[in-house]
Amino acid sequence: MKTIVENGAYLTAPTSMPSLSFEGVGLTYKDGTETLQDINLKVGRDEFVSVVGPSGCGKSTLLKVASGLVEASQGTVVADRDRLGYVFQDATLLPWRTVASNVGLLAELHGVPKAERERRVQEALELVGLSSFADRHPRRLSGGMRMRASLARSLTMDLEVFLFDEPFGALDEITRERLNDELLQLFLTRHFAGLFVTHSIYEAVYLSTRVVVMSPRPGRIVAEFNVPFSYPRGPEVRFSPEFAQLASSISSALRGAE
Amino acid sequence: MIQLDRVTTVQNPPKLVKVVLTDRKRRFSGVLPPIALSIVIIVIWETISASLSGSRKFLLPTPQSVVIHGLLARDAYGQILPSFVRTSVLALGGFGVAIVLGMLVAAVMYRFRWLEKAVFPYLVALQAVPILAVAPLMAVVFGYSFVAKGIIVVLIAFFPIPANFLLGLRSVDAGLDDLFRLHRASWWTRFWKLAFPNALPQLLTGFRISAGLAVVGAIVGEEFFQAGVPGLGIRLLQYLQNVEYNRLYGALILSSFLGIGFYLIFTWISNRVLRNWHESAIQQGT
Ligand SMILES: Nc1ncnc2c1ncn2[C@@H]1O[C@H](COP(=O)(O)OP(=O)(O)O)[C@@H](O)[C@H]1O
Ligand SMILES: [Mg+2]
Repeated sequence: MKTIVENGAYLTAPTSMPSLSFEGVGLTYKDGTETLQDINLKVGRDEFVSVVGPSGCGKSTLLKVASGLVEASQGTVVADRDRLGYVFQDATLLPWRTVASNVGLLAELHGVPKAERERRVQEALELVGLSSFADRHPRRLSGGMRMRASLARSLTMDLEVFLFDEPFGALDEITRERLNDELLQLFLTRHFAGLFVTHSIYEAVYLSTRVVVMSPRPGRIVAEFNVPFSYPRGPEVRFSPEFAQLASSISSALRGAE
Repeated sequence: MIQLDRVTTVQNPPKLVKVVLTDRKRRFSGVLPPIALSIVIIVIWETISASLSGSRKFLLPTPQSVVIHGLLARDAYGQILPSFVRTSVLALGGFGVAIVLGMLVAAVMYRFRWLEKAVFPYLVALQAVPILAVAPLMAVVFGYSFVAKGIIVVLIAFFPIPANFLLGLRSVDAGLDDLFRLHRASWWTRFWKLAFPNALPQLLTGFRISAGLAVVGAIVGEEFFQAGVPGLGIRLLQYLQNVEYNRLYGALILSSFLGIGFYLIFTWISNRVLRNWHESAIQQGT
């Protein structure tokens, strides 16, 4: 069963080809764990899609399949893997490198010349507000700053698709809300196609153009909700009755799925 | 080194003061206990030595006697210092070979997992080989040479290096590995930029353990072969046979200084390399 809830006002219609698409995607791990089943999902530029679902249902696996780290057992995934960013659950910084050097890692791996790399690093650090911490090592950063560095690292690349695996799950609420706003800012300026996994329904609604609900493993998409709020969204959106109503529908879809 | 960012300093001056104090305290706390313990040991040594009856006194000369007659007397240090240097060179040489070989072996085992399965059991078995049983074989093949002694050193000091290095190479965080794969990094890139730096803490631990073993290996090697330029191992046997107990204890003290010195040098290097990012170095505070 697939519910599409249209709540009115929204939205930028996805124009051309989607930047990321799953068609009939299934995944069974080598040990026989059937993890994804018949996933159909399209994400275009200027769309931000959040995925919520019970833990262990295959959300991380969905992102791994999207990125090509894991190959789908059935179906097709379309994405330009050279223009794909991936922010993991933890910041995955190299502890022996400084923040600046960590942020420059991807450009380095792609052979971007040093001068250009430094320019991009500086720009990315400025975007996430870490310029004055460029020479620190990750262990001397707070959790929120580490996540910012991780974001900045992806921002040095030209992004079409941006995957997020519960990036703010380990942060306190205040930091998380601040990073949500920063992420929205980036979304509005960089125009990527976002696929965001979270276990917070509020975060999902606040950030997204669409929210997708998954069933327990093997994960299927059981419901989709369009989010009607226009961007830029201020914190007051969180306290509107429409927000609460949407969150409660998603919550019940999630419970219905279990 | 402890630095606080400006915000913390302004908002929380008492915290800063406290941190500085603990830092200083910590620095002393690293040096004081060993010094205190060595004083205790010298006192006990002195007491036992004084309590020995006349005919057995030679077995344990007093600390002063060892230092004066066994180490500082001109003909004593004239003999023992060159031996000290000789043994240091032997231990360092063997240690160097163990480092190079050990790291190579570990890197190859890391690259080819099936080789690890084939080779690792032999590395473990190598540790169980009774060195004194192998030594005569070395003598037959290499003669009573520096090389033969060096091989003993390598055999004894080898294992911790490949074992620790391999452990470090294999303990790369799965997320970081995904990140490198995602960006299509080659095996070499992943090795140099990820696995190798990741393995540094374990590798340096291997160095520290192995450095001490190299000194043991050098002395055992010298005691067995008893040929060539006399190192500390040969002196130890010689002094024992000639009942020169002042010098015997002097040579023992120098031997242990050599081991401690090696250990401290590599601890220092390890802390310098790791100080910015690894807990082991940060907690020791140097
Ligand atoms: N490499 C793997 N091999 C086998 N099973 C796996 C592997 N990775 C994840 N799984 C299993 O797949 C299921 C979904 O995992 P995951 O995608 O991490 O869930 P989620 O992110 O939704 O919590 C879990 O049951 C997990 O144990
Ligand atoms: Mg997950």
